[in-house]
Amino acid sequence: MPVSAEDVAHIAKLARLSLNEQEIEMYATQLSGIFSYMSLLDEVDTDGVEQTCQVTGLEDITREDLAVPISDEQRAALIAAFPERVGDLLKVQAVFT
Amino acid sequence: MNLHELTIVEAAKGLRDGSFSATNLVQACLDRIAARNETVNAFISVFAEEALAAAAKADEDLAAGNAKPLTGIPFGVKDAICTVGQRSTGAAKMLDAYVPSHDATVVAKLKDAGAILIGKQNCDAFGHGASNENSMYGPVKNPHDLGKVSGGSSGGSAAALADNQCLFSIAEDTGGSIRQPAAFCGVVGLRPSYGRNSRYGIMPMGSSLDTVGPMTKTVEDLALVQEIMAGHDANDMTTVPDAVQPLTSAMNKKVEGLTVGIPKEYMELEGLDDEVKQAITAQVEALQQQGCIIKEISLPHTTYAIATYYILVPSEDSSNLGRLDGIRYGSRKEGDSLFDVYAQTRRDGFPEEVKRRIMIGTYCLSAGYYDAYYKKAQRVRTKIMQDFTEAFSDVDVIIAPTSPFPAFGIGEKADDPIAMYLADAFVCPAAVAGMPAVSIPAGKTEAGLPIGLQIIAPRLAEEKLIQVASAIHS
Repeated sequence: MPVSAEDVAHIAKLARLSLNEQEIEMYATQLSGIFSYMSLLDEVDTDGVEQTCQVTGLEDITREDLAVPISDEQRAALIAAFPERVGDLLKVQAVFT
Repeated sequence: MNLHELTIVEAAKGLRDGSFSATNLVQACLDRIAARNETVNAFISVFAEEALAAAAKADEDLAAGNAKPLTGIPFGVKDAICTVGQRSTGAAKMLDAYVPSHDATVVAKLKDAGAILIGKQNCDAFGHGASNENSMYGPVKNPHDLGKVSGGSSGGSAAALADNQCLFSIAEDTGGSIRQPAAFCGVVGLRPSYGRNSRYGIMPMGSSLDTVGPMTKTVEDLALVQEIMAGHDANDMTTVPDAVQPLTSAMNKKVEGLTVGIPKEYMELEGLDDEVKQAITAQVEALQQQGCIIKEISLPHTTYAIATYYILVPSEDSSNLGRLDGIRYGSRKEGDSLFDVYAQTRRDGFPEEVKRRIMIGTYCLSAGYYDAYYKKAQRVRTKIMQDFTEAFSDVDVIIAPTSPFPAFGIGEKADDPIAMYLADAFVCPAAVAGMPAVSIPAGKTEAGLPIGLQIIAPRLAEEKLIQVASAIHS
């Protein structure tokens, strides 16, 4: 199935990716080829076949809802990884403007 | 004796009988990296100072008789695996300066066993690729022929090992990223059963397929390292509680009477290289000489594995990579609005292939397409798993080539995403089915390129892989 430039622009917006005109054209061509290859799966009769979401068979794995303290070094490392900060607070662009 | 050329088992012996020190061994690897990294490009970061400090400590432990199984053994880790206090880029500029606050569980286990981290290895960014050409830190060259790719996505881990820059490597395999580069570079590489090794601290790609495993020079080394890596982890709820079987004791266990399945869909594939086919056939005949029963089998849905994989993994991937938005960690670009901050950060931080996968996945999961693509692929996945379950009711292990061809030229497939995806035709099916598989060297082509042989076992039967692998490659 062909993927149009409009489709690509729409997906890029959903995926929060900035693309220029040239990239939009390139991905439209490539994605059309890729999805045409994917249509190979139409050959497989999957009527009544269950979906496989995972392969371990494990179900409802839970843990106790406990707050686990981390070390001062770990805390400092997490804060040091912030792209922008004020003191120990993470600085972000305003969500509502 | 060139210390960097030793296997783990040889080095452990030398360290214990005092033939050389951990400092000598680590220095030998650091010297090798310094001499070769500009050419091979296997390492993104090298931690010389920290590694030598750890080596000095290892020498004290050895002298005091407190050595652990891997004391003093230098190893490298794929850069998409977190290492505490040491830069972990995922081979993308997005995380160029990212320093994790924790070790991946498998890394912590190996350090606890005495191993010394010497650096972080180049890969396709976030594991996206089959050639290591999608790294934002440049391609990795194949040490056997510098004009050829190393394979991917764990190309740096395989090339570093093949070039004797470390004694073992730790990497990830989602659809073949350990086995295929191991085959291209002529080393041993294990994809463990899904759920066998903890993935805590691994940068996620396709969460329902991701695994982390070792690459080594020999099967014996592989058994040793995997035994240490395996096991349940409360921090990864997909790890299975099943007991970890001893692997080192499966070494050189007689293979007489084992049934080996040879899937005709692999051996009859159009495009299977003649030299690869001959090499695998010769190894299978050698197993027959040792008393194995050889049986042709059919895995009828093999041809659908790549299409299934390239729907499921990019879909899961596009969700996983949503976390990389420049807000809490990683690089952040300026923008007029929050949307622009996200979109510019992701534009500059990801290479083309990562964006392509995000686009494929977002499309598959978007309104109107979810049933047609994602659900359909999950149903085909069931059929692929059934192929394996049925085959394993008849055979103990399956043997096939790891890759249809040896390492290809750098740039040869770079402009054709589908051709690149098809390079994983033989490694994808076992991954989709969650089976463990190992790639081991099985000779070389006339041009001197390594050929990889793949052994696939039923879920959680890694000991069978070791048993059969040790009968082929010592």
